[in-house]
Amino acid sequence: MSYLPKPKFRHPGLQKNKLGYTRRDYEGSVSTLCAGCGHDSISAAIIQACYELDLEPHRLAKLSGIGCSSKTPTYFLGQSHGFNSVHGRMPSVLTGANLANRDLIYLGVSGDGDSASIGLGQFAHAIRRGVDMLYVVENNGVYGLTKGQFSATADAGSKSKWGADNNDSPIDMVALALQLGATYVARSFSGDKQQLVPLIKGALGHRGAAFIDCISPCVAFNNHAGSTKSFDYVREHNEAVNALDYMPVRSEIKADYAEGALEQVTQHDGSVLNLYKLARDYDVHDRIAAMTYLQKKNAKGEIATGLLYVDSSPKDLHAHLQTVEGPLNLLGDADLIPGAAALEKFNAARR
Amino acid sequence: MQATDIKHPDYFHKVVDCQWACPAHTPVPEYIRLISAGRYADAYMVNWKSNVFPGILGRTCDRPCEPACRRGRVEAEPVAICRLKRVAADYKGDISGLMPKPNAAKNGRKVALVGAGPASLTVVRDLVPLGYRCVVYDSDPKAGGMIRSQIPRFRLPEQIIDEEVGYITDLGNVELRLGQRVDSLKSLLAEDYDAIFVGSGAPRGRDLDIPGRQEAAKNIHIGIDWLSNVSFGHIDKIGKRVIVLGGGNTAMDCCRSSKRLGGEEVTVVVRSGFEEMKASPWEKEDAQHEGIPIKNFLVPKAFLHDNGKLKGMSFEKVAAKKDEKGRRELVPTGEPEVVIECDDVLVAIGQENAFPWIERDIGMEFDRWGMPKVDPKTMQSTIPKVFFGGDAAFGPKNIIWAVAHGHDAAISIDKMLNGEDVAVRPPPGVNVASQKMGIHEWSYDNDISAALRNKVPWRDLGTTLKDIKVEVELGFDPKLGYAEAQRCLNCDVQTVFSRSLCIECDACVDICPVDCITFTENGDEDELRNRLTQPAKNKTQDLYISDALKTGRIMAKDEDMCLHCGLCAERCPTGAWDMQKFLIEMTHAGTACRSR
Repeated sequence: MSYLPKPKFRHPGLQKNKLGYTRRDYEGSVSTLCAGCGHDSISAAIIQACYELDLEPHRLAKLSGIGCSSKTPTYFLGQSHGFNSVHGRMPSVLTGANLANRDLIYLGVSGDGDSASIGLGQFAHAIRRGVDMLYVVENNGVYGLTKGQFSATADAGSKSKWGADNNDSPIDMVALALQLGATYVARSFSGDKQQLVPLIKGALGHRGAAFIDCISPCVAFNNHAGSTKSFDYVREHNEAVNALDYMPVRSEIKADYAEGALEQVTQHDGSVLNLYKLARDYDVHDRIAAMTYLQKKNAKGEIATGLLYVDSSPKDLHAHLQTVEGPLNLLGDADLIPGAAALEKFNAARR
Repeated sequence: MQATDIKHPDYFHKVVDCQWACPAHTPVPEYIRLISAGRYADAYMVNWKSNVFPGILGRTCDRPCEPACRRGRVEAEPVAICRLKRVAADYKGDISGLMPKPNAAKNGRKVALVGAGPASLTVVRDLVPLGYRCVVYDSDPKAGGMIRSQIPRFRLPEQIIDEEVGYITDLGNVELRLGQRVDSLKSLLAEDYDAIFVGSGAPRGRDLDIPGRQEAAKNIHIGIDWLSNVSFGHIDKIGKRVIVLGGGNTAMDCCRSSKRLGGEEVTVVVRSGFEEMKASPWEKEDAQHEGIPIKNFLVPKAFLHDNGKLKGMSFEKVAAKKDEKGRRELVPTGEPEVVIECDDVLVAIGQENAFPWIERDIGMEFDRWGMPKVDPKTMQSTIPKVFFGGDAAFGPKNIIWAVAHGHDAAISIDKMLNGEDVAVRPPPGVNVASQKMGIHEWSYDNDISAALRNKVPWRDLGTTLKDIKVEVELGFDPKLGYAEAQRCLNCDVQTVFSRSLCIECDACVDICPVDCITFTENGDEDELRNRLTQPAKNKTQDLYISDALKTGRIMAKDEDMCLHCGLCAERCPTGAWDMQKFLIEMTHAGTACRSR
């Protein structure tokens, strides 16, 4: 960490977005994580994505649990709503907040400990219910705050910094999310912002349960030979299925692509995901095929990244529950106390 | 692009914009840090070593460093480098113990110096400690040259000149032959001098030959001559209404001096526009602060007089237009001519060199403008033992250039008299050292101040306009000096990148407050500059490029806006970035500059 606050000076040529904000207006306070932490790169990617989306900071709520990853919401979007909850309980708090005010954009930030160990049940149910959110797991395979024990996502056979082997089977968060019905599922790498930023943008525009598993090397405890979550290992084994270009609105494609190489997915909010296929036969809309593909890659020791699954017309929890259109705090007396006539009508329907 | 060779002394030197811009290459950030630490004497000595006249320059320098200062690009205004130099001079205390001791060992060599101005005095300062005997000639009664004769006392008190000239004459083995004009280089060459240095300045003020000049001559004065007469006390008053012609610093000194010697209505008139004036912006500001109007786009037509008694001047109104070739020219507007009444006119429209005392048959070559041919690196003329420096070498410049010339000439004289090739110049002394003290602790203060430039306090006009010897600027007090010193970005503390240590984690990219750093594919410079995190549009500033990293990408850092805050190094997990102080000092005359 640094003692120094980041100087206020900015590059004079720094661009402003449509709201008149620069990228630096989306920053938070200086990170207190270890120097070089992958999580800081994910924070930077979130900042970049929100800046590029012209997102009004007060329209976003960032929620987290406990852990290195859950500390990060302090380091980005300093002007947004935030809730640092109990260990593993971020999904419940997020679900509640989302039910109360569906107008906000919800960003859940969690880690492999917070989501795959203590919060696994919470994670499963938030995904299963289709809460409209972006759920990011900053996945480094170790418990960094307690000095590097294996977490539940550590691959079997990988070695700890101290030489111990991991014999337990890993929990594959992407496989879980697919199986539980997430409607936007991606995997990425903190060391590849070109891939990560568009994935975050696409997920923030997705009106359903979006999940990103972001491998984020722990430079202090999990960046050694024998680790499967180190910079070197991930770079060597990274197999992207596609490259994503996020467009806020549909526009003409100018570049020339080979037949079948480009696929456009229009999301519910009108935004378009331009997908350049890197794995030719990979179908991003086929949940079962995706699961099989990932398992095959996994068995070969390869890490499949990119947008792995998307449902372009997802349904979320509000649709399931048929809740009122707006946030609850905007309901006035007329909505909350409809009067005797309305009660009579309701009772009549029950007779 | 090729990977940057940071071992070349020029690479990091260029990053220290102020030092690179300074003709004498004063290590500016180094002395500013010493001021912050309250070590004024040490700050003074860093200056004295490289620019010889810190107290004088701290008041009068043309400050080529300030327009170059990175702070001016990052924020709005540069660090007040010049006035910080004065802080060091004002609060240094007794420094006699830090000065070189007169050298007891003499080398038996004798050097003559023509003119006792800053160029000559620098040569003396560099050569006397080596055992040379220096004989300085000047027609004025006191040493200092234009520093003493042309800069008014309200900008530079005489005791500052006496003090800093004194440090040189106190070195021993210097003989001042003041009041003694050199009228013949031929006869000087005939004497037993081993080398001759000509630092005689640009002593001739340009005149304005328009109708009425001869008739009204009594009240028309050449600016630099008039200033010199004021300096030496020969003139102590001027008429109530004064016109100063010209837009340079001499004109500013003339008008402000007039205001103090009885001039009530003093007007500066320039041919071209206000913006095009040669005077430094701060000198124009100072003149306007004293209630002196500057009228522009007026071309002098005639001196108006009544039987030789000056009455005023007439001017033609002009406007700046571009001709077909795009050149700017002044075109009469056709409006009626402007008449300004006056009692005296000061002509400050430029100055020229004059070498009537150099015989043309002694083997010295001159160019077609009547200037001696001088090598710009060695300062040597076509007569090997005669060297030039200051305004005498290449026409009017300023004090700091004179000092730089002096250092170069001294090196040449020393090399020549030791039988070496003067064309082989000594490399600078470079010291690069990590500033790391702890995990995120540096031996320099990287928490730079965000405050705007501090203004130097002025003495009130009521006092300063009454007495020409009262200094206008009060200088920074230690508190203000500290506040201003903390604005310095420490550009000499360099970001040094070790490719082999980098794991490409992006931590430096994410933390950099000014988006200097990019990891990307290599390319041609022009193309690469455009696709950096922040496009590098300022081509005068270099890109720092690494060899290919593990992913095949390169690290590209745009030096332009770097704050040298060290956050890249603080956030780097492997120490691939380090903050290293790059201290470069020009080698001066002496054993270090010789090759054997």
